[in-house]
Amino acid sequence: MELKLPPLAETGETLTGAEIAIRCLQEEGVEFVFGYPGGAVLFIYDALFKQKKVKHILVRHEQGALHAADGYARATGRPGVALVTSGPGVTNAVTGIATAYMDSIPMVVITGQVPTRAIGEDAFQECDTVGITRPCVKHNFLVKDVNELAITIKKAFHIATTGRPGPVLVDIPKDVSQQSARFHYPEKIHLRSYSPVVKGHGGQIKKAMQLLLEAKRPMIYVGGGAILGEASHEVTELVRLLDFPCTNTLMGLGAFPASDKRFVGMLGMHGTVEANMAMQNCDVLLAVGARFDDRVIGNPAHFAAGNAGRKIVHIDVDPSSISKRVRVDVPIVGHVKDVLAELLALLKAGKDKPDAAALASWWSQIAAWRAKDCLKYDRASKIIKPQFVIEKLWEVTKGDAYVTSDVGQHQMWAAQFYRFDKPRRWINSGGLGTMGVGLPYAMGVKLAFPKADVACVTGESSVQMCIQELSTCKQYHLPVKVVNLNNRYMGMVRQWQEFFHGNRYSESYMDALPDFVKLAEAYGHVGMRVEKPGDVEGALREAFALKDRLVFLDIITDQTENVFPMVPGGKGISELILSEDL
Amino acid sequence: MRHILSILVENEAGALSRVAGLFSARGYNIESLTVAPTEDATMSRMTIVTTGSDEIVEQITKQLNKLVDVVKVVDLSEGRHIERELMLVKVRAAGKDREEMKRTADIFRGRIIDVTDKSYTIELTGTTDKLDAFLEALDKGAILETVRTGVSGIGRGEWVLKA
Repeated sequence: MELKLPPLAETGETLTGAEIAIRCLQEEGVEFVFGYPGGAVLFIYDALFKQKKVKHILVRHEQGALHAADGYARATGRPGVALVTSGPGVTNAVTGIATAYMDSIPMVVITGQVPTRAIGEDAFQECDTVGITRPCVKHNFLVKDVNELAITIKKAFHIATTGRPGPVLVDIPKDVSQQSARFHYPEKIHLRSYSPVVKGHGGQIKKAMQLLLEAKRPMIYVGGGAILGEASHEVTELVRLLDFPCTNTLMGLGAFPASDKRFVGMLGMHGTVEANMAMQNCDVLLAVGARFDDRVIGNPAHFAAGNAGRKIVHIDVDPSSISKRVRVDVPIVGHVKDVLAELLALLKAGKDKPDAAALASWWSQIAAWRAKDCLKYDRASKIIKPQFVIEKLWEVTKGDAYVTSDVGQHQMWAAQFYRFDKPRRWINSGGLGTMGVGLPYAMGVKLAFPKADVACVTGESSVQMCIQELSTCKQYHLPVKVVNLNNRYMGMVRQWQEFFHGNRYSESYMDALPDFVKLAEAYGHVGMRVEKPGDVEGALREAFALKDRLVFLDIITDQTENVFPMVPGGKGISELILSEDL
Repeated sequence: MRHILSILVENEAGALSRVAGLFSARGYNIESLTVAPTEDATMSRMTIVTTGSDEIVEQITKQLNKLVDVVKVVDLSEGRHIERELMLVKVRAAGKDREEMKRTADIFRGRIIDVTDKSYTIELTGTTDKLDAFLEALDKGAILETVRTGVSGIGRGEWVLKA
């Protein structure tokens, strides 16, 4: 890559590659690096040891390091940084890298590699890191010359945090970390082959405005891009100005406040009736930082065929997200925040207003869908209902906690019932759907916001996938609250088996579960078991009152509860199954 | 529909695997792929022949542009262009067939570049179509070995693909 660099400062110090790597992190203002040492990164760990600016968090498994760095990035918007050794260090990290990649999370991953002379010889702890990670990173580098190290790390941070963000990996052979070079960290870099479009096309924005003003049945659909692009403020202002209905995707929760009456709930496979029906039946759809994926709009043919007259405006920083699954009428490539700000300015400057009469009739149609009360559940149940636990969690934390989750039923209930009013409060793996992320995500969030309430909503299956990180929480004193919705089943697998596989619960039962209370205690934390609905609120209050302790709440919930509504795979989003349909 | 994509990529280790990996990961077709250095030593030029609907080719172009090592992508088939492919064919050329083989090669403006008692090696340049036609004109049993480079393409006129 060609670079236009300022001349090398004559005063630049001579440092080893390992020292350069750490100095680069310091220059980037990195607070935490999550990692696990090993042979190929020993020089880098030595350099870490000799400084205080960058704090290293020692995890118990490399997957945990990546998830924790990812969680930190999701909550703060700053790039997460992880450091792992070659070979198994890298392969363990791959799940975490792929998880971040699927949700476009900015991360810089530094990996050790065997010495350059040994590369390709099947050396001890060697793997083709750049090859293995290529399909799940935004970009990666193998640094073969110590003189290229600083500039490569600069490029990594630049690529990870601009355009559509994503993880970038820098592979450093052991000899490169040992050799010396003059240190110079450029302030800015230019890559001729990488220049994401940021400014939306003015003419397209005008077209979008006209479509919105002419709409009879408008809908605004907001995805994770609005959170990554810090556009929550603009989204909220636009929805309120126009008085249009708004839905957030799983990744977009909090971009528009759930407590606003214009919020129709999350859409998609487990979306509300009102969100899915409005999405299917609208005449003008504004999509903001979203990608019409299979869990959101279901079958694209059904989505298109059911409403051929629907006009779609799509704002996204990544042109390849536009017209990928659904044909778009007005594509706008650019930063969602800036594009929305321009759109708002145009709307405010003009005299035209949306069609009030049409809007009123659209809202009354939406009210009729809302009246279905599709999220209702048995509140009088004598067995703890998982939805009830989330509602109580919302109450106890006043709706202001950072909530991380794992993957499965509990994730969907948390998304449906914890009404997120702010962006970056809901931390979950939407794209890859990685079980095990919840606890390490909570670690990353708690390190970033030590005073905030951090709850990890999980299930007894997911939590066991990274349970070893309870030890990391002890070491670094991370008093997160684990809310384990324990139904003794891989709940979502069980639900699909019930609906689509004739109740044959093949391998979805969790036999021989550990005693989670004792397990938490063994790791030096507080464990509590909750078995009655009446005890849920008290236990949650007690847990959150223990400010300086990690509390593991093992909550025994209804084994047979299912997530509703549900759109079966391959169906259209208006083909919902409701609890009463069964 | 058939498309010819011309791509300028950074001359970096791994750039080829990024492009090839993109096609396999997303299930796109590659009919042929050529890659070689350009007049600018920091860049290579790739020509990929692919097939797909307009939507798919639009996605391919967008996805290629997203790769950090890709400097520029152009769909040559959208405009006037020239395409050429080189083929080396080793054929049986013994006895009474020897003279006929030479004549067929001449008709297609092929050149015989190596000879033994029983074989010719013929060099042929042209569009994919022409090379296919030549192979069809030969007796299947006469073909011993075929090597094709895949298509290289360039825009017509003064227009050039530059970084």
